[in-house]
Amino acid sequence: MPNARGATVEFRDVTKQYADQVAVDGLSFTVPAGKICILVGPSGSGKTTSLKMVNRLIEPTSGAILIDGTDVLQEDPVQLRRRIGYVIQQVGLFPHQTIEENVGTVPRLLGWPKDRIRSRSIELLALVGLDPKRYAARYPAQLSGGERQRAGVARALAADPPVMLMDEPFGAVDPIVRDRLQAELLRIQRDQGTTVLFVTHDIDEAIRLGDRIAIMKDGKLVQYAPPGELLAHPANEFVAQFVGSDRGLKRLGLLTAGGADLDSGIERAGVDPRAPELKASTTLRDALALMLERGVQQAPVVDDNDGRYLGVLTLAKISKMLGSQA
Amino acid sequence: MTEGEPLIRWDWIGSHLDEIGFRLLQHVELTAIAVTVGFIIAFVLSLLILRIPRIEGPVTWVTGTLYTIPSLALFALLIPYTGLTLLSAEIGLVSYTLLILIRNIVRGIRDVPADVIEAATGMGYDNSDRFWRVEVPLATAVIIAGVRVATISTIGLVTVTALIGQGGFGFLILIGIQRFFSTELIVGAVCSVSLAIFADAMLVLLQRRLTPWTRVAG
Repeated sequence: MPNARGATVEFRDVTKQYADQVAVDGLSFTVPAGKICILVGPSGSGKTTSLKMVNRLIEPTSGAILIDGTDVLQEDPVQLRRRIGYVIQQVGLFPHQTIEENVGTVPRLLGWPKDRIRSRSIELLALVGLDPKRYAARYPAQLSGGERQRAGVARALAADPPVMLMDEPFGAVDPIVRDRLQAELLRIQRDQGTTVLFVTHDIDEAIRLGDRIAIMKDGKLVQYAPPGELLAHPANEFVAQFVGSDRGLKRLGLLTAGGADLDSGIERAGVDPRAPELKASTTLRDALALMLERGVQQAPVVDDNDGRYLGVLTLAKISKMLGSQA
Repeated sequence: MTEGEPLIRWDWIGSHLDEIGFRLLQHVELTAIAVTVGFIIAFVLSLLILRIPRIEGPVTWVTGTLYTIPSLALFALLIPYTGLTLLSAEIGLVSYTLLILIRNIVRGIRDVPADVIEAATGMGYDNSDRFWRVEVPLATAVIIAGVRVATISTIGLVTVTALIGQGGFGFLILIGIQRFFSTELIVGAVCSVSLAIFADAMLVLLQRRLTPWTRVAG
């Protein structure tokens, strides 16, 4: 697998002014190379406008957007776009091309030799979980919504772009499929090392996928932080409301039993036998749910791989972690 | 019709196959030139409309007006200028194809889904690549639907050009009327209709070949 190296993306005081309103107002933040940055906010907050300024589908009124230090406004937009992956909610696969041809779009525009385009397309279909033997020769109309979105991601990644832009890519698929697509995006992104800018209005999606979350409102950046910090320390009332009153629980979803402060003074045999045995990778949120369900105060935690007993997780410890964030 | 004469004299057909063949070629030629030239003009005008939308009204008005002129009158009006020639026939025939062809070309291109356009632009198609490789292929089905209607109506109209010395099968119809000879009239009409049906079937096949993706299960 050729590993694309992600690029740093920096917004420097970016403003987009339309005749009667400011869509994006003095936006500044930096996405480190190889990270997923989620732009989230209510509709009209300027998140999609911000995304589309990166590949110049929308031109900023002022400010600069730098990819690895180079201002995108200095580049030819057509050449720029061929180096940036782009995925939209409606996918926009070409109905008149097979899935293989669709995936090979950017390599074809870049003039790669035919057999290299072909092998790259096949490789990417496999990467996104579409069996090339079954899907390569099909037309988009023959795919389900989830399969089309996978093909869309494969198409965006075809030429190893250092940056990928995703505009509500999973907004139109059902929750079960969305869940799987999110998991696969994380796997692929880790594998490829691509820097991803991802727009959504769904805070849960943002928390699940984001290394960093940029919360926007009325064209302004309200808070830019990793998900854990956002949940623990919302910058203001708007952010607190936007992440939801259950932000404590959401935060527990980011923490694992193995990472908690376990009480190792208790013997494995001394733990309530009704207690569920937790793997170290279990999230505290799931652990809490299991413990409440069984009606126990504590549960043993074991190593994922060898089952070695690590210690006991108690409700008191979980509660303390919830309390510590206020 | 002459009394006592059968509606169709099959022996006449047998002895006039050369004549029928000649009229067939003439009919096909008149139609092919008209649709081809009409398509080129319509395509150029459609490009202009897509680029400068405010000319759509005037273009539609002019081609619509041409379309409403009775064909008999139009061909007669052309005689003082271009005579009893192929050119006169084609000026009329081409004029009648424009309205339908322009309408379908413009609609076909405009109906290309916005998400497809956005994806194409976002991936680095320049405008002309996107037009020829994405928009035109996707508009092909609608464009060919227009070509089918234009072709069928042109094949019918070609018969009228018999009045200015052209006409294809229309020549047989005209002579049949003048001589009160029903066989020739019927042969001319039936051949013209058959040619239209055949041409339409060929265009359907062409459309299927050019747009294989429209036939897959959705």
